Amino acid sequence: MPFRETAMRDDKKTRIIFGLGSVLAALALTTAIVAATGNNPLQAYGNIIQGAIGSPNVAANVLVSWVPLALATAGLLFTFTGGLWNIGIEGQITLGAIFCTWAMRSLQDTALSPGIIIAFAIAAGMLGGIFWALLAGALKTFGGVNEIFGGLGLNFVATALNLWLIFGPWKRPGVASMSGTLPFEPELWMPTVSAQSRLALIPLALAVLALVIAFILLRGSHFGLRLKAVGKNPKAAYLLGIPTWQHMLLSFALCGAFAGLAGAVQVSAVYHRLIPSISSGYGYTGLMVAMLVNFSPVFAGPVALFFAALSVGSIQLPIVLKLDSSLAGVIQGFLVLFVLIGNGLRLKLLGRKRGSI
Amino acid sequence: MKRLCILILAVLIAALALPAFAQAPKAAGSNLTIGLVMVGPYNDRGWSQANYDGMLYVLDKVPGTKLVYIDKANSADRPGTTVSQLGESLVAQGAKLICFSSDDMMDEAVKFAAAHPDIFVIMTTGDQQWKEGKAYKPMANMINIMGKMEYMKMVAGVAAAMTTKTGQIGFLGPLINDETRRLAASAYLGARYAWVNYLKKDPAQLKFRVTWIGFWFNIPGVTADPTQVADEFFNSGCDVVISGIDTTEAVAEAAKFTAQGKKVWAIPYDYSKAMDEGKGVSLGVPYFNWGPAYAKTVKEAMNGTWKAHFEWNDPDWKNINNPDTSAVGFIKGNLSKEASEGVDKFIGELAKGLNLWAGPMNLQDGTVYLKSGQKATDQQIWYLPQLLQGMTGQSVSK
Repeated sequence: MPFRETAMRDDKKTRIIFGLGSVLAALALTTAIVAATGNNPLQAYGNIIQGAIGSPNVAANVLVSWVPLALATAGLLFTFTGGLWNIGIEGQITLGAIFCTWAMRSLQDTALSPGIIIAFAIAAGMLGGIFWALLAGALKTFGGVNEIFGGLGLNFVATALNLWLIFGPWKRPGVASMSGTLPFEPELWMPTVSAQSRLALIPLALAVLALVIAFILLRGSHFGLRLKAVGKNPKAAYLLGIPTWQHMLLSFALCGAFAGLAGAVQVSAVYHRLIPSISSGYGYTGLMVAMLVNFSPVFAGPVALFFAALSVGSIQLPIVLKLDSSLAGVIQGFLVLFVLIGNGLRLKLLGRKRGSI
Repeated sequence: MKRLCILILAVLIAALALPAFAQAPKAAGSNLTIGLVMVGPYNDRGWSQANYDGMLYVLDKVPGTKLVYIDKANSADRPGTTVSQLGESLVAQGAKLICFSSDDMMDEAVKFAAAHPDIFVIMTTGDQQWKEGKAYKPMANMINIMGKMEYMKMVAGVAAAMTTKTGQIGFLGPLINDETRRLAASAYLGARYAWVNYLKKDPAQLKFRVTWIGFWFNIPGVTADPTQVADEFFNSGCDVVISGIDTTEAVAEAAKFTAQGKKVWAIPYDYSKAMDEGKGVSLGVPYFNWGPAYAKTVKEAMNGTWKAHFEWNDPDWKNINNPDTSAVGFIKGNLSKEASEGVDKFIGELAKGLNLWAGPMNLQDGTVYLKSGQKATDQQIWYLPQLLQGMTGQSVSK
């Protein structure tokens, strides 16, 4: 074993130490903030836990929230692997919701059975997401527009389009309201496990499937390998004969499909109508999850579940402690920040050791 | 024979099961935790705070009650949540009665009430339990409560008309629906009545303009900014702005313009202390007093007399500001002597039975709404389909 690697090795142990350190730092800072507001941090965490797993009902709500987050994260694994920052995912979720609503509105008065209508609507939602993602992809590959700026712009356009539809062509009779479009008839709601529950099994299965697909394609296929090459070094990949822009567009399309599915699920299984903030920030949270797990399809699901639990659990904070529920967002943000800092620090330390010898 | 037996059995079961579904939840007894869901912040100095204060009144007047609440219950402030889910978080804290206190929560309140037949539900401003209403959906566990704010909006209109020097009044509207249309129209009816009968002026000279922002309060990037809309009113000749939204931007802007030397006024809405932000520029405030109706309903849930119904409560004409009896009120602000007398006179006339919702009256597009001598029914007022002739602004969302 070469001498230089005994000082600090980039092995599992180091990674775990840095990972744990980052998590502890994030927790410490959050705790300090809660304490500074004059609240008991342990009580706050206790309430979040209680609010996330305290009863079968809230645990089901966590899963409801996990579905769109897991779908968004699964999609983002493709674009991140391709070296792309798909900030436009929020807009892709919104377009999925819009296309899904459009399909349901068009088909709800036909003789088709509710199951078929929902299936069409879900497919339409996925198409909507693909369409919007390909726009960002085309802007990048053919227009030279960085996908971050293109995506941001498309997010604004998607929001504007959504609001225009809700306040305009799809408004309730005589009413223009932020409450959204008229709810669909209960036959067109995705069936839930019970009348009391909000949890629908089909979206849950679809989210699990999406993660499995992401895992298989990214870890076990030529496509995944080539996409990785494109992501690491597009020029080298191109010289090696990999069709670069095609792979980028394909990763956009895959991400858009999952994002659109998330939007369609929000319409057909959660809100049962189109509302202004239909994407609910799941795209941005998905970006955080993907970064936190370092784009690993294995950890994406569990970490998304943890984030969903934080979000749902934090609803207890304003009720019980009169504390703002954005604390969950603070914890999530700090976690990502510190893990990224930890990674950077680790690599820098390793690099310095290597460089100094 | 066997078939007949089965049939009879089935009918019997159905007959037994039906009333079971149509029954109100069991009486709560001597202790009741109330869960209040508010659309805006509980301290918004507007709609949500008026509801919050109403529940504080209940805690004060009805022994054995406790309150848990969640505010900012809208999908912009709490992304990913649904209002029925928030209601359930309050149930998890022991609430047996949930009050959904905003029109925005209608769909979710119905979902919630259907999924939780054992929980009492107050759907404030709703019409689902109004037998004569358009949205009637019988649910044994739901009561609708609303106050007849129309009267107090008329009073606001009188205050505005008696004050304006330019003859131009702006109405800062929230979103367009039945409720907001009839309230804007009421303000106009009051203003026109004072303009014609007290000031003896030509009704054609009175300009009454409505601008809608798109929601009950400002959501940056989504609604029109009420601050800008108020500014636009003041910059384009209106010297009085009547607010129809949940928050107090109109008052703040009137104060700003006054500080710059312009003579303008505003009339806030919803909350009895909404004038605090601009006493000198507020002509008065039409407000809701939810306490008495909430207290009565809470008692019904506790003692087992709960019966699903719709109520649209009157002011107490003996004293519209009586905190124990009046559902709506009007507190006078910085009115001139003449305007103040006009307001008092108008309230006196209303108390004696003056009805401004009487024909002849046309809708904004000229179609006849009420024939000469015809009085509007409650349904005609509640479901006013357009603004009235003489008002400028969007009647229906396009």
